Amino acid sequence: MSEAKVKPKGFQEWMEINIWALLIVLGLVLSVGGLVEIVPLFFMKNTLEHTKFPEIVWDKSGREPIVTVDEAGKTAWNWQPGDGVRPYTAVEVAGRDIFQREGCYLCHSQMIRPFRDEKERYGHYSLASESIFDHPFQWGSKRTGPDLARVGGKYSDEWHRQHLRDPRALVPESVMPGYPWLDESYVNGKSVRRHMKGLRLVGVPYSDADVESAPALLEGKTEMDALVAYLQVLGTMVKLDDSKAYRE
Amino acid sequence: MEASLEPKSSLEQKYNFEIVRWFTVMAVVYLVLGAAVGVYIASELAWPFLNFDSPYISFGRLRPVHTNTVIFAFGGCTLMATAFYSVQRTCGVRLWSDKWARFTFWGWNAVILLAVLTLPFGLTQSKEYAELEWPIDILIAVVWLAFTINFIMTIAKRKTSHIYVSNWFFLGMMVMIVYLHVVNSLAIPVGLFKSYSIFSGVQDAMIQWWWGHNAVGFYLTAGFLGIMYYFVPKQAGRPVYSYRLSVIHFWSLMFGYVWLGAHHLQYTALPDWTGSLGAAVSIAMIIPSWGGAVNGMMTLSGAWDRLRTDYVLRFLIIALAFYAMSTFEGPVMALKTVNALSHYTDWTIGHVHSGALGWVAGISIGAIYHLMTRLYHTEMFSVRLINFHFWTATIGTVIYIVAMWVSGIMQGLMWRAYDEYGTLAYTFVESVDAMHPYYAMRAIGGMIFLLGAVVMLFNVLMTVRKSVVSGSLAKARAVPAAA
Repeated sequence: MSEAKVKPKGFQEWMEINIWALLIVLGLVLSVGGLVEIVPLFFMKNTLEHTKFPEIVWDKSGREPIVTVDEAGKTAWNWQPGDGVRPYTAVEVAGRDIFQREGCYLCHSQMIRPFRDEKERYGHYSLASESIFDHPFQWGSKRTGPDLARVGGKYSDEWHRQHLRDPRALVPESVMPGYPWLDESYVNGKSVRRHMKGLRLVGVPYSDADVESAPALLEGKTEMDALVAYLQVLGTMVKLDDSKAYRE
Repeated sequence: MEASLEPKSSLEQKYNFEIVRWFTVMAVVYLVLGAAVGVYIASELAWPFLNFDSPYISFGRLRPVHTNTVIFAFGGCTLMATAFYSVQRTCGVRLWSDKWARFTFWGWNAVILLAVLTLPFGLTQSKEYAELEWPIDILIAVVWLAFTINFIMTIAKRKTSHIYVSNWFFLGMMVMIVYLHVVNSLAIPVGLFKSYSIFSGVQDAMIQWWWGHNAVGFYLTAGFLGIMYYFVPKQAGRPVYSYRLSVIHFWSLMFGYVWLGAHHLQYTALPDWTGSLGAAVSIAMIIPSWGGAVNGMMTLSGAWDRLRTDYVLRFLIIALAFYAMSTFEGPVMALKTVNALSHYTDWTIGHVHSGALGWVAGISIGAIYHLMTRLYHTEMFSVRLINFHFWTATIGTVIYIVAMWVSGIMQGLMWRAYDEYGTLAYTFVESVDAMHPYYAMRAIGGMIFLLGAVVMLFNVLMTVRKSVVSGSLAKARAVPAAA
């Protein structure tokens, strides 16, 4: 070994002749930025707005099923739009899986910034508490198409279906791909149930009934149905009040 | 301290060049493939009928194929070729393990193959630049550790007294990528190719961009600075301009780059303190980045005339010019007022490509041409084609980034424009429509760049053929090892 031959003059030279010293110092130096910026986000209370405004999050998550389905396939909701942020239903989870699969997040953000033009175009700025059940987050980084954070309820289901099948039939200038194949396959209720169990493991508060009813809720649903259900819930979970300062 | 006095041919016995040859040729193959997919998806945005209503080639599924091919296939093979080559040369010893090096080669190519076999089918974690699903993530971690350990152990048994500066940068990249890849990929599997990140919402966003920006900062910058610190002095035949600048460049980059991810999330639901901290450190990063660029360029002082005749050196130096430009543009875009305009627009795409095409590809291409002559013991098949490649790469890159500057700034301005009645002046789709000429221009810039890459592949393959036909490689291998 060559280390013994040279007597280092100072810290820098010590690292230049001792690979283990260089590695350890590097390991420490490289960890500082991440520790300072990431770790506090898990502990600082004001990171999530619902610590100050608890009404943002639906308080019955995990205790009551979001939606139930009887043997005739009729659904009954315990949650209404505006009741607060809640986990996605089985149909919405299936739709969100498709949203991820098709890479929609590459062209559509789900994060409205607190600017006047964004408020007028998309609605109230997005809150951190609105994506607490998003594993992984879908904020996006690019708007080749418009923001979707509050797209729910802006267009009819039928508009979405036609638009997804052939975007340029409705919006001639659009550059979005068509997704006609979404009509061609049904969603697998059992795998969505497995997905929901996984989500529960990472902390999404589902009740047993939420998870177990997945196959019944998804009976006869196409991928198109699921994706449209997901799009239609975006931004509708919580009613935000313009007079409240949710963030400083 | 280097082996320059030894007869050239005995280097084949002393060092493991075989593995470097494999990685080098594959890097060029992946450059062509990655750029070709890039041109195709750029064309889809300009002429959307090219999606052909097919799931497997629709933009959302092909875009990760492009990013994974250029970053991990082309970038990865280049990094592994140059790291394995320069660590042996600067340490004066053979690689610690030939077996581990071969495993690294086949493992890394398996990762790439699996990426191409999964992404078009929509199997993705949907985290940008970390799309691959959990089984492939595990394979990446294993292969990366094999690469890293082999590199470290080779340094540990070196014959030279000091660890050369290029190796510091490679090491910094390797350690940081282990951190980033492991933390960002933590997920709960719910199927063979489906998993959910254990993080959600705001924390997931911060972790993703801590990964995202450092994939750029470490993988695509620190690693390629390792290339710069070895190949620029070698090609110029002069020592690095300033040792002190290297030390400052290295430690400030290692400490500072890690903080920058937060600037991707300004004005989002990420707390303001985090975004502002990221922006502040971003602005400070101009100093070390320019220090590094100056250090590379000034290495040529006293040998500037070589730029007239040495095409390889030209690639290396133009890459440094793009490095200086992107590392100025980046901090500017991190300023809150600029970011309010530039975020979500094509400006970001332009910025990435001035770094990716101008800097990363430029320095890689220069290093690969340098390597080719030494690995195959012959001159390049055609120097004129290198010159042709230089101009296509430069012109293609400039067209690309100019198109994205114009479209990005135009998008940002159109989205926030008001008419005289105080209502929004444009609908969203009007901004989409206005982008068409620039998307077409971008596709053309990409095609020009791709043409150069194809010419490079041809030149590289013909050089390999030349060395086989002339027997130069066989001759170099036949010399018995000096004891």
